[in-house]
Amino acid sequence: MGDRMDAESVRREVRAWLETNWNPDQSLVEWRNKLADSGWGCPTWPVEWLGRGLSVSLADVVAEEFERAGAVGTPGGGGMTLAAPTILEHGSDDLKRRLLRPIVTGEDTWCQLFSEPGSGSDLAGLTTRAELSPDGDEYIVNGQKLWSTSAHHARYGMLLARTNWDVPKHRGITYFALEMHQPGVVAKPLKQMNGHASFNEVFLNDARVPVANAIGEVGNGWTVALATLAHERRSFDALRAAARSTRGQGRAYDEQRAEVAEIMAPYTWYPQRAGRADLIVERAKATGRSRDPVVRQEIAKLLSLARATEWTARRAKAARVLGRPPGPEGSLGKLYASDIARACSRVHTLISGSDSLLSGADGPLDGIIAEILVSVPAVSIAGGTDEIQRNIVSERVLGLPKDPQTDAERAFRDVPRNKR
Amino acid sequence: MRWSPTEEQDELRRVVRRFLEEKSPATEVRRLMETPEGYEPGVWKQLSQELGLPGVHIPESYGGQGLGFVELGIVLEEMGRALLCAPYFASLALAANAILNAGSEDERRALLPGIAAGETLATLAIAEPNGRWDAGGVALEARRDGSGWRLHGEKSFVVDGVTADLIVVAARVPGSTGRDGLGLYHLRGDASGLARRPLVALDPTRKLARLTFTGARAESLGEVGAAAPALEKTLDQAAALLANEMVGGAQKLLEMTVEYAKTRVQFGRPIGSFQAIKHKCADMLMALELARSSAYYAVACADEAHDELPAVASLAKAQGSDAYLEIAAESIQIHGGLGFTWEQDVHLYFKRAKASEVLLGDPTYHRELLAQRLEI
Repeated sequence: MGDRMDAESVRREVRAWLETNWNPDQSLVEWRNKLADSGWGCPTWPVEWLGRGLSVSLADVVAEEFERAGAVGTPGGGGMTLAAPTILEHGSDDLKRRLLRPIVTGEDTWCQLFSEPGSGSDLAGLTTRAELSPDGDEYIVNGQKLWSTSAHHARYGMLLARTNWDVPKHRGITYFALEMHQPGVVAKPLKQMNGHASFNEVFLNDARVPVANAIGEVGNGWTVALATLAHERRSFDALRAAARSTRGQGRAYDEQRAEVAEIMAPYTWYPQRAGRADLIVERAKATGRSRDPVVRQEIAKLLSLARATEWTARRAKAARVLGRPPGPEGSLGKLYASDIARACSRVHTLISGSDSLLSGADGPLDGIIAEILVSVPAVSIAGGTDEIQRNIVSERVLGLPKDPQTDAERAFRDVPRNKR
Repeated sequence: MRWSPTEEQDELRRVVRRFLEEKSPATEVRRLMETPEGYEPGVWKQLSQELGLPGVHIPESYGGQGLGFVELGIVLEEMGRALLCAPYFASLALAANAILNAGSEDERRALLPGIAAGETLATLAIAEPNGRWDAGGVALEARRDGSGWRLHGEKSFVVDGVTADLIVVAARVPGSTGRDGLGLYHLRGDASGLARRPLVALDPTRKLARLTFTGARAESLGEVGAAAPALEKTLDQAAALLANEMVGGAQKLLEMTVEYAKTRVQFGRPIGSFQAIKHKCADMLMALELARSSAYYAVACADEAHDELPAVASLAKAQGSDAYLEIAAESIQIHGGLGFTWEQDVHLYFKRAKASEVLLGDPTYHRELLAQRLEI
């Protein structure tokens, strides 16, 4: 029904609703329960599941009105951006009833339990095992997960575990909603080479998960995981949007600021990871290095790369808006981002010279340059390595033949894997 | 600014591509590159009379079609793809733009209609044996002689200089230096006091000449002594246009090479299934798409007389040169031993890539210009 409404009637309706219901002097949970009851917090979700069934463009209208009123929205983080859409798409009604509302209110946070020490690029080669308990009510989970943001405080984990070893690797995986607060689950911060600990290792020792907490069919977890991964790209943008939080006065604002601070804490180094091209010219001038012809060449190369990447993204977007078939320009952004970050790292070193030896309070720009130098290596790995990305580009865009696969058609138990 | 071509622009591209696939196959390129004049007059006549290509961006009041630099870029991209042997870049990207930028209304009316109709082949002589592509590098002198001028000195690397009917020459008044005292002059290709010698070019598909002026009579174009801005604008436009031409060649090379990698079998499988090869191809695509974005943005800036044109033209020229040469070198590599043979067409593009890298200034020169133009 929502789809048939036009933008102006939606705008009138949400505006009136906000006028009646929004005020910052209530608790965040109280307010977000109103969002859940009314459907205005998640306007694109189905009417029967806390939403209003609106199109994406009408949801933009709702977002505009929230911004105009200064009203707090739903929380950022993996619950809203990854878990909820996956549950809506693949979960049973029982799971939707139990799990969605606390995600919307922010009472339950979620983490991802996908990657493992032995399976990075080859996610479907995971070896965490889930075995049915003797009474058949629950699965018992053993294994180790990696790169889980927020696992130390999350209430639930999106868990991928192998439930069948006698079928090929993509067909023996099941997707579970795992309670994190139980004795069999231990999350430990994983310290990175740049000194931050944004992610966790999660050890699963006889952790328990009810059969009813499988999201999607048993053995169909790979398909469900692909749904989550499809949402992952958008999630960081959503996070950043959430981080631009309001500066208003009142209890709901205060609680939201605390929530955002917790969610964003792991990401303070992300701008440095991208290379900070924005600092290059100003640093070169400030240090006088901009007079060196070699430095000038390297700066010109870097700025050319950065600007042409931006124009390439504009071309891709223009083609999308016109509904033209996507050209190759749309698939290359991640690889360009790696090249830009590496070039930045090189040029920052060139500009800083011997000061690149120093870090922290002794380092240039109070340690920011050093943080760039030791954070850039993450860009070409996180979210799919450059090598995997090049396979995808050459196979899907250029149509080159796939590498012969040795693991896709035989029982996973017989596939060679990392020694434990 | 438009970020996606219009339907008319797509149609222009289709028409030009179809025409050139028929008229400029590799066999024709190979035949014409061995001839002294380096083009086929019959094809030139057709592309002039049937398609009106020499007039594509010349205003209608001077006999052209009145389209823009984006359209001229599309035509050049397709010509680069087909490696068309013809004096098009010299006539349009160099001479016509110089006349448009520097000429008075009367001079434009006198000179442009012939170029737009394809009846006058024109070129612009900038560089000298010193190999510089900036205003300050001009040493050739224009000495006053009654109501006209006489040119003394030497020009080199003149594109299609031997076949040109009309030559626009950058020269300076005696005693001036740098950007001062510069003027543009024009004379007939067969004028007395002008000796033209074809140079042996590394890229046989684009002819180069050395011109020796021993008092050849010439007429001034625009204001004598103040031509530096018009000359620099012409060079920026030409760099942007050459970037588009390079994209066409690079695209064609990538297509040829990917096709080869799909069909060439070694060790029992297509070589394109090896990551060492497919990752190279992905890198080539990345370089190509960046070059395309900056080339397209540069001609759009030229159309809008955007302040950014000088910076973006240098950016596009440097990036396009690097991309084309990288793609050409990797194309040879992926073709293996075959890629080094005369019979395979890849070397024709490699030579065009190498020549285009240097023509109008190499990437290092343009990156320094870019840094200056960004006020770094």
